[in-house]
Amino acid sequence: MNTQNNETWLYTISGKKKLLDFNFKEIWRYRDLLFLFVKRDVITLYKQTILGPLWYIIQPLFTAVIFTLIFNNLGQIKTGDVVDPFLFNLTGITLWNYFKECLTGTSSTFTKNQNIFGKVYFPRVIMPMSVTISNLLKFGIQLLILIGFYLYFLLKGDNLILNYKYLLLLPIYVFMMALLGLGLGMLLSAMTTKYRDLTVLLSFGVQLLMYVSAVPYPLSEAQEKFPPLVSKFVEYNPLAQIIEGFRFIVIDVGQIEMRKVIFTLVLSILMFLLGLIVFNRTEKSFIDTV
Amino acid sequence: MSSEIILKVEGVSKQYRLGVVGTGTLTHDLNRWWSKVRGKEDPYLKVGNINDRSKKVDSQYVWALKDINFEVNRGEVLGIIGKNGAGKSTLLKILSKVTSPSTGQIKTKGHIASLLEVGTGFHPEMTGRENIYLNGAILGMTKSEINSKIDEIIDFSGCLKYVDTPVKRYSSGMKVRLAFAVAAHLEPDILVVDEVLAVGDAEFQKKAIGKMQDISKGEGRTVLFVSHNMAAVRSLCTRGILIENGRISSIGTIDKIIELYLDKDAVKNKINTDNRSGSGLMKVEDIIVSGKKANMSPENGALFRIEIQLESQIKISSQQLRLDLKINDYMGQRVAWLSNYLSDIKTVEEVKKIVFSIPKLNLNGGTYFISTDLYIDKKRSDFLQNAISFDINNGDFYGNGRSVPIQESRILMNFNTEILGE
Repeated sequence: MNTQNNETWLYTISGKKKLLDFNFKEIWRYRDLLFLFVKRDVITLYKQTILGPLWYIIQPLFTAVIFTLIFNNLGQIKTGDVVDPFLFNLTGITLWNYFKECLTGTSSTFTKNQNIFGKVYFPRVIMPMSVTISNLLKFGIQLLILIGFYLYFLLKGDNLILNYKYLLLLPIYVFMMALLGLGLGMLLSAMTTKYRDLTVLLSFGVQLLMYVSAVPYPLSEAQEKFPPLVSKFVEYNPLAQIIEGFRFIVIDVGQIEMRKVIFTLVLSILMFLLGLIVFNRTEKSFIDTV
Repeated sequence: MSSEIILKVEGVSKQYRLGVVGTGTLTHDLNRWWSKVRGKEDPYLKVGNINDRSKKVDSQYVWALKDINFEVNRGEVLGIIGKNGAGKSTLLKILSKVTSPSTGQIKTKGHIASLLEVGTGFHPEMTGRENIYLNGAILGMTKSEINSKIDEIIDFSGCLKYVDTPVKRYSSGMKVRLAFAVAAHLEPDILVVDEVLAVGDAEFQKKAIGKMQDISKGEGRTVLFVSHNMAAVRSLCTRGILIENGRISSIGTIDKIIELYLDKDAVKNKINTDNRSGSGLMKVEDIIVSGKKANMSPENGALFRIEIQLESQIKISSQQLRLDLKINDYMGQRVAWLSNYLSDIKTVEEVKKIVFSIPKLNLNGGTYFISTDLYIDKKRSDFLQNAISFDINNGDFYGNGRSVPIQESRILMNFNTEILGE
């Protein structure tokens, strides 16, 4: 009765876990779902709020103002000679916010979607990916604000320099930010399914991470004033590298070393892969432990 | 006939931890990891009790499923039957890849789509049309597939007027219709369905069962179907699997499996004497509720039997005695009143038991309670409030596999319909 000779199975479901069980073909099959999730996020973002997209403007603006008051007026951090400290802070915060949104958004993937995940299968990685893509929209809005202020300071007569030659690197920086946010977020989401402690850590951890990622100060200041160990940490922190590079391109504060760019890119990809591996190991049975 | 095996389940087991995941989780995890490092077997997979929720267990782990083996041929409609907590849903969850088995594997030659719930991922702020796309994609359809079927789906749901309104403005029934419409238009090789037909109004249920029949019979799709609605299972499935305490107890034709299930499910509940009042001259000793056969659980559309065993110190004749049975549904709503006072019986000198029987039970599926009220010489001798509870399974009252939705009515009625042209 058994047709032993002709046993070509399409796939096998089992409890065994491979190290990197990443099925690109399957994700490709579900690509429409990815875009529909993004579309859902975009459509439902501003439904029934009065200020709507304004919230995404208010938050970075206020943060930049506070940073300027505390770090520049009070703390005397130098942000280059020509650039207004407010613009300096706004530039850093804009890119940092993208990372933060990706991280916090993806880190709750399993806990937030457990009713969907408990009822139907699709490659789970679609969910954090869609979060990362739809956060690009928020990033876009905040980028527009940045451009607005950039033009304002330019018209005011500030001597701002845009590093045209490096402009092509800009999307790569955003991409690296996305990889880091996604990778770290997936790692955390996989770990929070069983141990919720990390959600507590995350909320203040992100805040602390910002201070060692060169958001309110340029790298040169860190190298000058921090103790050697911390300054090394900040220097090799990929987030700090990305923010520094981004600022260099947009407002010509700081520097870009090709060696460091490649180092950061490699680190981002490794972070993403690590997150992916842990995420994939968890997705098979998280529903039993969440 | 050479039939191709499309799905093969080999030695699948699933272990769950009982109680709260909390203290001890980390130590167990470390223990597991340590034995893995040393190349040994997971120590916790060796322990574990069989899945019987009514028994007290001494281990922290339980086998929700143990050594499940079966094969499904292409085009077959397989019914999976079992009591609540037998492991049916766990099996479906494993089949639909929501969770993975602890041991064993499942091999398949086709894509599996699962319908464990209708309307998964519906977003209240989005319109019906947008939700059709989202839900369809979650269930595994591509955008172009949905594009080609969108009109059909909207038509099937009967929500054309509201399709561009946010779903949060829908009634719950409309939401379910829309969701089922999407699900009904899935075209996977293997469809896994968990009791989703028990939704919506009667008209829609008819449509849903009809669609399921089309899918399985007309289009030759392979379907795995779990339901407590025996009428639906009987009319849809060709073969069945009976699961008991996490193990397959038998596989066979659907009629045989349903028979076995009802047999196993017979009422063995003890009577509840907490609310007892009366003189106690004569008492109700035991109540046995049964279906077609003596140890079969009741099913509507078939014979139903209530046997009441009585006990007394003195001889009591049938002339002195009156026994009323009050049948309530689970909401406490009275659905029937039976009494020997309503029927003429020949005189019996010493009464030991009374049997009430209904030739063709016309109560809808669900849980019911019987209260007994016993009078001797017009004085209350024994009153038992909610003396016993029992379940009625959905049989085939109307003889066509259709059933009255549970929420619509407790009572089933025989009727004729005439549809006239003018």
